[in-house]
Amino acid sequence: MTTDLIRRRTAPRHLVSSIIYHCVMLLFAAIFLLPFYWMVISAFKSNIEIFSQPIAWFPDPIRWENVSALFARTDFPFLRQFANSVFYAGAVAFGTCFSCALAAYSFACLRWRGRNLVFAFTICALLIPPIVTFLPTYIGWSRLGLNGTYWPLILPSFFGDAFYIFMLRQFFLSVPRELMDAARLDGASEFRIWWQIVLPQVRVALVIVALFAIVYTWNEFFGPLIYLKTREDFPLSVGLFTFRSQRAVEWSISMMGATFTAVPMVVLFLFTQRFFQQGLATKGLK
Amino acid sequence: MVAELPSSAGDPRGPRRKRAGRSEARAGVLFALPWMTALVVFTFIPLVLTFVIAQAKFQIAGPPKWIGWGNYEAMWKDSAIWASVRVTATYALVSVPIKLVLALGLAMFLNRATALSGFYRTIFYLPFLMPAVAGSIVFMLLLTPGAGPVNLILGAFGLDPPDWLKDPHVALWTLIMLSLWPLGVETLVFLGGLQNIPKEISEAADLDSPRAWHKLVWITLPMITPVILFNMVIGIISSFQVFTQALVIGGTTGAPAESTLMYMVVLYRAAFRYFNVGYAAAMATVLFVTVLLLTLLIFRTAKSWVYYEGEGR
Repeated sequence: MTTDLIRRRTAPRHLVSSIIYHCVMLLFAAIFLLPFYWMVISAFKSNIEIFSQPIAWFPDPIRWENVSALFARTDFPFLRQFANSVFYAGAVAFGTCFSCALAAYSFACLRWRGRNLVFAFTICALLIPPIVTFLPTYIGWSRLGLNGTYWPLILPSFFGDAFYIFMLRQFFLSVPRELMDAARLDGASEFRIWWQIVLPQVRVALVIVALFAIVYTWNEFFGPLIYLKTREDFPLSVGLFTFRSQRAVEWSISMMGATFTAVPMVVLFLFTQRFFQQGLATKGLK
Repeated sequence: MVAELPSSAGDPRGPRRKRAGRSEARAGVLFALPWMTALVVFTFIPLVLTFVIAQAKFQIAGPPKWIGWGNYEAMWKDSAIWASVRVTATYALVSVPIKLVLALGLAMFLNRATALSGFYRTIFYLPFLMPAVAGSIVFMLLLTPGAGPVNLILGAFGLDPPDWLKDPHVALWTLIMLSLWPLGVETLVFLGGLQNIPKEISEAADLDSPRAWHKLVWITLPMITPVILFNMVIGIISSFQVFTQALVIGGTTGAPAESTLMYMVVLYRAAFRYFNVGYAAAMATVLFVTVLLLTLLIFRTAKSWVYYEGEGR
């Protein structure tokens, strides 16, 4: 209220400062969008046009044929790799939601001896750089003969992930205990309480975890780079990297590939923004 | 929310309650079992094995040959290690503070209700969604002389642009700029922090002094500095592990002239190019110890950094 009064008193100055404010912000926004813009316009230029002088800020002509050229490449099986990425991200998101919801529920809502100790270990696991546990795990998967498959990349997510467990636990803590106690009195089994009573209460949290897992897996690079061997098996991140390292001069196909790699995540985000923002709010809690 | 019941009402007493507690405990262990398995199989056993492998000359195929501290001695004498430590430390110590200060500045700009607020927030968050490989390739094009707009814009201001990707004194700055691009995440976290500053304090400050920067220096910064410092150490730890961007831009040699050679790239090269897994494990152990020490530093000093208001549960 007080701020309103102050604002009204200084109305003309307010208008000027507001215009300056938006100009500055739009300038910042333009800087942040420039890489996206350049990626997309370069995707619709030819390799020669990308380097022609003066630099064109808009492709002329717009080369739509670059889209089909990307899909037709045999040294960059884009659609195949796209499908791999969808499968990989989907499977990890599903596994993560399921396993982390189990563990987080146990940590937040069930009382058992040793719980706090195990949770402390979970926090410790969160702080260990992934590479420190990577090498022996890699040797283990190789000994099992699963090197070159998606098993090492997906299976662990069905056992849980420290970060998402931590995140989900925050949400589970807000479920009123009376709900579970009442169900217990009615004789519901523990599994049913979890599945039918508690999970519906934290639906939003599960969506948040799924979205974060999808984005992180879609962008995941190190694991697939190490475990997968053939072009047909790569997800998009590694596929794009491999194409770029072998065909460094073919900028327009690289840019088209980058565009199609980024677009699904951008679209997903635009439709689910409020979940991402809620997720960040819990990240801030950390 | 469900209406609050006095929790003892209708509570079964005696043996029945005990049995309920037992079944709850059994369920608790069962629910946590997959994760406890993962903790042991995917975290703690590999962690210990890394320390063990670091004591060996080990090439995946074939048996390990135990050489004690030999890998660490070799690391000490390896010029690539020292180059990568220099590059990685510079990257972390430069990019993280700049990123956090920019993010805070941007958050303060965004902390103002206008018709376009939602639009701005969306824009600044978008780079975070860009896959690192794609983002790195796009940055390379943006900075390529004759093809990218960055040199064009700098030229328009009469500045003489450096050769971003080929000059060993400059290439690391390309990676630093790339790390600044997705600062939307930090910005939104700070924005949340700013909006949590109690209204009364903020309005009292407005009345005391109409100058915005007084409020910034005396109210906002003191309330948010602990969070900045905390995030800075966390950010530095995670930039020790930067890999993807460095591999895309500098390859496995850290081109040009090892100027973008990150520690993780050297580790990757040792393990998966030269198949020197023992050496890579020693590198991982050194990274682990470094991160551990920094983390302990955070926890030892956490009390003076982090201010939780109305801490619950």
